[in-house]
Amino acid sequence: MAGVVTFDLAKQAVRDLNQFLHHDLSRNGAMEVRVLNPNGRHSIAVGVDAPVQVEVMGEAGYYLGGMNKQARIIVHGNAGWSVAENIMSGTVRVKGCASECAAASGHGGLVVIEGDASSRCGISMKGVDIVVGGDVGHMSAFMAQAGRLVVCGNAGAALGDSVYEAVVYVRGSIHSLGADARREEMTDKDCATVAELLKKAGIAADPKAFKRIASGKTLYHWNVEANQEY
Amino acid sequence: MCGIVGLLARKEDLRERLGEWVLPMLACMADRGTDSAGLAVFSDGIDAQARRISLYSPDRKYDWEALAKALREAVRTDVALRAVENHAALVTAAAPAAVAEWLEKRDPSLRVLSVGRSIEVYKDVGHPNETASRYGFARLKGTHAVAHTRMATESAVTPAHSHPYTAGEDFCLIHNGSLSNPHSLRRKLQKRGVRFETDNDTETACRFLEWRMREGATLEAALQEGLRMLDGFYTLLMATRDRLVLVRDAFACKPAVVAEHPAYVAVASEYRSLAHLPDVKSAKVFEPQPEEIYAWRV
Repeated sequence: MAGVVTFDLAKQAVRDLNQFLHHDLSRNGAMEVRVLNPNGRHSIAVGVDAPVQVEVMGEAGYYLGGMNKQARIIVHGNAGWSVAENIMSGTVRVKGCASECAAASGHGGLVVIEGDASSRCGISMKGVDIVVGGDVGHMSAFMAQAGRLVVCGNAGAALGDSVYEAVVYVRGSIHSLGADARREEMTDKDCATVAELLKKAGIAADPKAFKRIASGKTLYHWNVEANQEY
Repeated sequence: MCGIVGLLARKEDLRERLGEWVLPMLACMADRGTDSAGLAVFSDGIDAQARRISLYSPDRKYDWEALAKALREAVRTDVALRAVENHAALVTAAAPAAVAEWLEKRDPSLRVLSVGRSIEVYKDVGHPNETASRYGFARLKGTHAVAHTRMATESAVTPAHSHPYTAGEDFCLIHNGSLSNPHSLRRKLQKRGVRFETDNDTETACRFLEWRMREGATLEAALQEGLRMLDGFYTLLMATRDRLVLVRDAFACKPAVVAEHPAYVAVASEYRSLAHLPDVKSAKVFEPQPEEIYAWRV
């Protein structure tokens, strides 16, 4: 197919792939890049800023799709720590599971983890939308500032600890809520939001089955009477 | 940062080639630590009365033959010797404590790396690939092995500060992370007569667990206590004569990936250390949960 460029990481370096994605896409006219034999290598397709599709045919290591802008990146396997860290726009989809800190600090775009995401999913997220088909681990959405995290499975301990304006939706059980996170009523608007995100993620679930978790805003101002107990 | 790997072979043909499979796992994790490296391999036990004692000498041209000859005369029993440069494995039916005492008098520069019926330990400072090739890790056979690459953060870089740590017989531990209370715990153990060789945090964890087991606890029970007593960050991988055991602290911010396959169980800090394993694509690959004890039997 015209416009498809293949990198085989068994023979080529990740640096060559990223060099191509950063500098040679437009010259080459490529619209799609396929990455073979990723074998858990780190930093695959980081810092891409182009409307290209990158398909990773296997397991990715740390930092896949970090700082992504515009690109649509699909991992046909699991992804390691900090997948889509600081994503700005575009989409990163992991067909398998993701390790810790998925979409950490993400500013925009969409991250879909079809399997489970490990601990600290969406930590310090700043506007990214995250949809997880399975469970999320402990301390997910820790200090999450903006954006939506949709969890179709269960959530681990201390969900939404010190969350700011981000909102978490969980369909399954929640092991425990973190400091200042609280369960709130699902409004029609929330259901519409979840429905829209599930549709974008291609995951079928009933939006009404989700719980809304958001900030109680008790940490927004210093409370001298709290005696350091939160 | 450090790298840990472990491989338990469930099939005979894999046991014959254990080193071949472990070596690339270790070499890959050299990216996570180049200060030192070490490996413990477990193979079918020798005679019930006999013990295998792994020794380290700072001298790469050490005269092991002379040492074995002198030991034979001292303990009046047979001593089998296998030596590679500054490493030797002695097999003897003499009491391990008596041998250790004799060794200390004969040459205080020698260090006992491990004692047991199954375990053999190799470790040294320097790049992991150099250590692996010098000691011939690729040729090792056995039921299971653990190996470590160290990037030192809390204590010195010396052969004695390298992992694996051992205590008692047929028990070793490797660690990625750092403990924040090793000194207070070490002082408590010292009061109970536990002897230490270094100021390293991992040694404290290793000797704490072995001390609990010596007092009658199972390794699982010792680890439950360890989860309460050890403060800090850790992924701990342990091996005994017939088991591989893994645990992560409550925060689980030190990585680990497991691949369970009908032919083997493999553990590594990162997936890329497992990618070369046979048929890994059909293995069950997962990240171990915090504070959960995983144990696999040979």
